[in-house]
Amino acid sequence: MSFAQGELMMLGAFGGLASMAMLGFPFWLAVLSSIAGMALFGVLLERLVIRPILGQPAFSIVMLTIGVGYMARGLITMIPGIGTETHTLPVPYKDMIWKIGGDVNAQGTLILNVEQMAVIGSTAVLCLMLFALFKYSKLGIAMQASSQNQLAAYYMGIPVKRLNGLVWGLAAAVAAIAGLLLAPITYVHANMGFIGLKAFPAAVAGGFGSLPGAIVGGLIIGTVESLSGFYLPDGFKDIAPYVVVLIMLMVKPNGLFGEKLRKKV
Amino acid sequence: MRFIFKTDYGQDINLAKHGGHVFWYSVLLLMLLAAPWLFAEYYLAQLTFILIYAVAGLGLMLAVGFTGLFSLGHAAFLGVGAYTQAVLTNAGLPFPIALACAAGLSAAVGLIVGLPALRVKGIYLGMATLSFGFIVEEVFARWESVTGGNAGIHIKAPDLFGWKLGSGEAFYFLCLVIAIGATLAILNLLRSPTGRAFVAIRDSEISAQSMGIHLARYKTLSFALSAALAGIAGALYAHKLQFISPDQFNLLQSIDLLLMIVVGGLGSVHGAFLGAIFLISMPQAIALVKDYLPAAIGQAPGLQGVVYGMVLIAFVLLEPLGLYGRWLKIRTYLQTFPFYRKGMFKRQKTYQKSDRLK
Repeated sequence: MSFAQGELMMLGAFGGLASMAMLGFPFWLAVLSSIAGMALFGVLLERLVIRPILGQPAFSIVMLTIGVGYMARGLITMIPGIGTETHTLPVPYKDMIWKIGGDVNAQGTLILNVEQMAVIGSTAVLCLMLFALFKYSKLGIAMQASSQNQLAAYYMGIPVKRLNGLVWGLAAAVAAIAGLLLAPITYVHANMGFIGLKAFPAAVAGGFGSLPGAIVGGLIIGTVESLSGFYLPDGFKDIAPYVVVLIMLMVKPNGLFGEKLRKKV
Repeated sequence: MRFIFKTDYGQDINLAKHGGHVFWYSVLLLMLLAAPWLFAEYYLAQLTFILIYAVAGLGLMLAVGFTGLFSLGHAAFLGVGAYTQAVLTNAGLPFPIALACAAGLSAAVGLIVGLPALRVKGIYLGMATLSFGFIVEEVFARWESVTGGNAGIHIKAPDLFGWKLGSGEAFYFLCLVIAIGATLAILNLLRSPTGRAFVAIRDSEISAQSMGIHLARYKTLSFALSAALAGIAGALYAHKLQFISPDQFNLLQSIDLLLMIVVGGLGSVHGAFLGAIFLISMPQAIALVKDYLPAAIGQAPGLQGVVYGMVLIAFVLLEPLGLYGRWLKIRTYLQTFPFYRKGMFKRQKTYQKSDRLK
């Protein structure tokens, strides 16, 4: 449970920017290095701040990640000349168009923006990879186990502490990818982390801990958002996802694909 | 070391446990009453803000610290109170009636948001309140005929049945009275069966339920009371600033409120006040220190965020009981002077489980 995810995203985008603009890395190298750097950062973060409070209520972790978010935002803003401004991330596929079906001016031509295709494509690949990881690999199943019940997982011989480090590394790496994908669309600035908060309703709608749920939830949120922007008066577009989440929590508190389980005393 | 010899059952629930309490709280009260003559106007205004935030903190403390309901949307209740007060005062209603309406409407809204709270817990309630906060902020910005939209709305001075409280001193006393009233109400609530039910729910829902506590009713009640207090604080906030706009009640404000009670000390009434003092005095302290730091750090715009984040992390890591917990430890150390042991405040570990699997 992390409220610093949006800030990790922002850091990832800035990392990509820095490695491209200052170190002069080519695009792909910059992407890879910023993802790897963020993964390392996530592991470090877990080791330094999250691990000491292992064994305390979830509320502490939430407050802690809020604090981390504050710090990350503040530190980026403090860098003179970079932090307060808005940047564009130069990507090789900027403003490129794929044409399917012949002439541009002809009727029935499908024109696709490569930028958006890149986002859709990499999201799909990422989702599949994560799904495979959580479904089939020993590591992913262990991660799921420790998220459901740390103590029980520990008793089963899962190294929960080391696993938590990996989970944070993975989360930071995914956040960095999200940041890099988002960067050409929304520009890079210190407050882009707030966009990450939009992801929370999607995760809730689908149910945490269920990857297909999160994807379907994200699709529902996106569809509701764009449809309400079209059919309903101005302003509903921004709140529609949250209304959906509230209704969802009232009607199906266990999430879209959440299982109904009860603790027995 | 003080030994209290109990001769009466009433002593168990007395608000003042011994003479020391009576003495020190009377001194504090006298100081607060004399504050307008002791402090300059600027500091009096800061003190007023501390009182207002303390009322909001008491509300949030009731939900988060005493009932264990995690709320990320309390700024929305603050906003509902502030806007109700602004609209009703500008319509010419006297202050007490407008305040009652502000509190009532906030409580009603709290009830509605509390409904999912009956079915979800932990982090999911946080999500519900977070979503709610976004919705309310958007409503404030879009419902222009009432709220004035993003341009904001001005509010007249409070009117106590024909007696205008325009000056800073008069408003300070008004806030003081309300803050003391709210504190006494909370203290009284916490020693009543209702308050004990809240604490029982916080500590273990299953055992509370087994003891015959109606979870849904008490959780909703707690949430509604908490929202009502936030609404009162919002009403005072609106009067103090005399101008409100939607962006004063965004997510950052909610997080500030949470930060306040975590730093102050979760689960203690003192914590709300200590947290409010922290929240209000921190920007001033940063402004004071700024000039002595190297320019690259001191003049950077993100300094406040970094300091807040660092303080929050430090408190969660090192002193989860907050400022009040630190004071308790110092007091215990002094009271039991040579016999203080390191493990006296050691907490039991609870291992994390998914909230979905109840």
